[in-house]
Amino acid sequence: MPSLQVNFAGIKSPNPFWLASAPPTNSGYQIMKAFDAGWGGAVWKTLGVPIVNVSSRYGSVNYRDTRMMGFNNIELISDRPLKDNLREITEVKKRFPDHAVIASLMVQSRKEWHQIVQDVTNAGADGIELNFGCPHGMCERGMGSAVGQEPEVLKTIVGWVMEVATIPVITKLTPNITDITQPAIAAAEAGSDAISLINTIQSIVGVDIDDFVPYPKVGGLSTNGGYCGPAVKPIALNMLKNCAQHPGVNIPISGIGGIENWRDAVEFMLLGASTVQVCTAVMHYGFGIIREMVAGLENYMEEKGFASVEDFVGKAVPKVVHWEDLNLRYKVVASIDANKCIGCQLCYTACEDGAHQAIGLAVAPDRKPHIIEENCVGCNLCSLVCPVENCITMQRLDDGSATESWKQRTDANMIPTTFDDSRAGGLHHTLPDPGEALKVIKPKHYGIR
Amino acid sequence: MSEYQKPLSAEEYDINFSALKPLMSDTEAAMESARCLFCYDAPCVHACPTGIDIPLFIRQINSKNDTAAAKTIYESNVFGYACGKVCPTEELCEGACVYNHSDVKPIEIGRLQSFASQKSIANNKKHFHPLAPVGKKVAVVGAGPAGIACAAELRLHGISVDIFEAKENPSGLTVHGVAPYKISNEEVLAEMSYLENQYGFNIHYNTLINTHAEIKRLEAEYDTIFLGIGLWKSSELSLPGEELERVIGAIEFIEQLRSDKHHTNISGKVIVLGGGNTAMDVASECCRMGVDEVVLAYRRSRQEMGAYGFEYDLARAAGMRSIFNVMPLELIGDHAVSAVRFITTKTENGKVVPVPGTEFTDFCDWVIKATGQSRQDSLLDLIGIARNKAGNIITDENFQTSNARYYAAGDAVSGGQEVVNAVADGKKAAKAIILNLRQS
Ligand SMILES: Cc1cc2nc3c(=O)[nH]c(=O)nc-3n(C[C@H](O)[C@H](O)[C@H](O)COP(=O)(O)OP(=O)(O)OC[C@H]3O[C@@H](n4cnc5c(N)ncnc54)[C@H](O)[C@@H]3O)c2cc1C
Ligand SMILES: Cc1cc2nc3c(=O)[nH]c(=O)nc-3n(C[C@H](O)[C@H](O)[C@H](O)COP(=O)(O)O)c2cc1C
Ligand code: SF4
Ligand code: SF4
Ligand code: SF4
Repeated sequence: MPSLQVNFAGIKSPNPFWLASAPPTNSGYQIMKAFDAGWGGAVWKTLGVPIVNVSSRYGSVNYRDTRMMGFNNIELISDRPLKDNLREITEVKKRFPDHAVIASLMVQSRKEWHQIVQDVTNAGADGIELNFGCPHGMCERGMGSAVGQEPEVLKTIVGWVMEVATIPVITKLTPNITDITQPAIAAAEAGSDAISLINTIQSIVGVDIDDFVPYPKVGGLSTNGGYCGPAVKPIALNMLKNCAQHPGVNIPISGIGGIENWRDAVEFMLLGASTVQVCTAVMHYGFGIIREMVAGLENYMEEKGFASVEDFVGKAVPKVVHWEDLNLRYKVVASIDANKCIGCQLCYTACEDGAHQAIGLAVAPDRKPHIIEENCVGCNLCSLVCPVENCITMQRLDDGSATESWKQRTDANMIPTTFDDSRAGGLHHTLPDPGEALKVIKPKHYGIR
Repeated sequence: MSEYQKPLSAEEYDINFSALKPLMSDTEAAMESARCLFCYDAPCVHACPTGIDIPLFIRQINSKNDTAAAKTIYESNVFGYACGKVCPTEELCEGACVYNHSDVKPIEIGRLQSFASQKSIANNKKHFHPLAPVGKKVAVVGAGPAGIACAAELRLHGISVDIFEAKENPSGLTVHGVAPYKISNEEVLAEMSYLENQYGFNIHYNTLINTHAEIKRLEAEYDTIFLGIGLWKSSELSLPGEELERVIGAIEFIEQLRSDKHHTNISGKVIVLGGGNTAMDVASECCRMGVDEVVLAYRRSRQEMGAYGFEYDLARAAGMRSIFNVMPLELIGDHAVSAVRFITTKTENGKVVPVPGTEFTDFCDWVIKATGQSRQDSLLDLIGIARNKAGNIITDENFQTSNARYYAAGDAVSGGQEVVNAVADGKKAAKAIILNLRQS
């Protein structure tokens, strides 16, 4: 049985699954329930200054039949009295001494930071997370992403915290910045024990096209909020990779953003996160999803022969290189398994209209398209649109003996300088004349009358 | 014993005849429409006789544009709502859905279609506006699917249309013949008045056209006459005892059931003669009326039945029992039927032959004849219209009959297909009439 135990920058946890600082961690009641359900740790809903929330607060992106594929909020930090939260932290730790309780904090002055760090430490928190991420409401008051977007300011505040901190400190980063490594480096330089990312992305989640008010609506008006949920995972993964690869960020990372099952978690861990945090998926499905996550991770580790989480954290980090280091000689083409094909012809129309005119229609009635190999550039599109599992696969054509990257070419002075140059791309593809487009026979029902 | 209790009230009747394809809720429509792949040159479209752009209307439902979805549907098929409910979709669009090839449940195209159409019917949304009058007049005989579809298309082109209908309601067999668990009278008629309202054709009800004088009047007053008269009464068996009480035709039984509902007089043991979809419908309906026993008697084997497999399954699930390879010889009884004498058959070179010495008698309280429908020979003889051996009107590919003033489509030409075929052909006939009137 593999061990899921982690020691994250000195914070011990029975498994790497933590609740992110958000509504699911608003109270001791919820966190007790979550630990009881199987969560390894919880980052308490951000504590700090008194605030007032609006109603309504959330908006959602629904994709076809899927609800909350993306989620957006205009909520602020905890509106519960600090003393209640501190008391509950103590209570939770008493009942769950081996679980990780991390206090998320956001205040303004050096004095306030000193005070609150001491308060949560005295309450028994295992660690502290500095919320420099909230992209709305708090930044107007000089907190949240207003700090996270200014590496120098961030560095100063982390410095204040480190002056008094006796428990591990995690700095949570905002993705609303061009280069995520700058605040990450600043945090590391200021002595932060770890970083976590991403917080929510500034967003407008949609607009009511009848009354012209974006969502969520507050009395006929709206404001930009923070985006999260499955839709943000790719953005989070990229920022995670950037930090994991940067030598200046040599501290543990807690990955956040769109995680909802064990598979998402493993992906984050492979790209360098040693714990993961979840918010939206729990807001959608409740604490119970942890059973699937734990079982999935255990099974994965068992199958791969990983005894502990450290065995695979970061394994995908070296597999991400610059474009110029990719092998230009690597060549794949699409291949259709006619036995699996159901004849929807989506691959045809995708390639025909959206790519490289490399798929031909079958002669009726079997409707199974075929690949025109000479035109196929190996872009993957058809295999992505095909609705049948493993029906279109990409077959390797080169034998792997030749490698040549753009960088090698540049170094060898082999880069094309004009479009006539035989070394230029594009030249090898045959394209029909524009006029041919109007001769293509359309399906008979297009424009019926 | 049937699965059903005899319905004693309208409510109990509605329960026994509850909709096979109930209307979708907004939620169900959203989820189901999300599954559609938007296939290129989709096979479902090819399988729809009216060629509705199915992936388009499903995508419109999914983007919460039910109005546009309904327009897409009605553009091709004016019986959009009814067809969604009564079409044998397993054999048509849904049977062609690509999902069938990956063992995934096909898209419920019919129910999505009724869902979107219903929204436009409910708020009386006018999608189409007939052109200003062009000074041409067409008479349509029969307000069935073929006649209504033909009339609607003609109206769009500014041609005035008078429809002459023998019965007191429009839609032909859709309201008088189709099984009540497929569509209710109210649903059918709501779509009909929606169409009447939108296209502005005049329907003259209770007007059977069958005299020389009426024909001459139509010919004098109208540029062209379209016959959408469907088929006629249930066929005769030409067997002794056929005149006995409680021996009835399927068409007549269903028509009565659709209007009298739970008051319909049927009970005891019912023998249904036939092996087509109508026989299955009647058997199902008798079961749902809570009769003691329903026995289907078909003169060929089960494999040779004309009925669709799913219709047979439906009737069996309702409680029907079947005997195959039997032929009725005589209906027995005093004044009402009390038994049928059968003989066993076998099929030789495609022909049914009785096996001598295998006669037997089966007792019953009712016999329902579902062995086909007759034709309106007298009317067609009066007009002078050529028919084929089966008695169906012969037309050219433009639906013009041997009498050039007359066009025809629907069951009267095909010999009996589905509502959707009648709608498709009625519309095509209208296009041909329009072209012809333009040239004249
Ligand atoms: C029992 C039964 C069940 C069926 N179930 C289904 C089903 O579930 N799904 C499906 O798609 N199809 C079904 N069908 C088939 C479908 O109903 C027909 O194919 C379709 O209605 C044919 O349309 P039509 O316009 O040609 O004829 P009809 O629907 O028969 O309409 C003809 C109309 O013309 C009128 N008429 C006839 N003669 C005259 C005259 N001389 N003067 C004035 N008016 C006249 C009639 O009163 C009638 O209203 C069923 C048919 C039957 C018999
Ligand atoms: C309603 C809501 C409130 C949030 N509040 C906080 C907060 O107080 N402090 C914080 O650091 N992050 C907050 N977040 C951000 C989440 O902790 C998390 O970083 C983000 O939602 C991405 O993770 P996810 O995709 O799993 O939701 C909040 C998110 C949501 C949806
Ligand atoms: S891989 Fe790209 S280019 Fe090749 S057939 Fe598929 S879609 Fe066309
Ligand atoms: S997308 Fe897949 S299933 Fe559809 S036609 Fe192409 S290969 Fe066949
Ligand atoms: S065949 Fe099925 S999946 Fe494809 S467009 Fe038609 S309904 Fe949609």
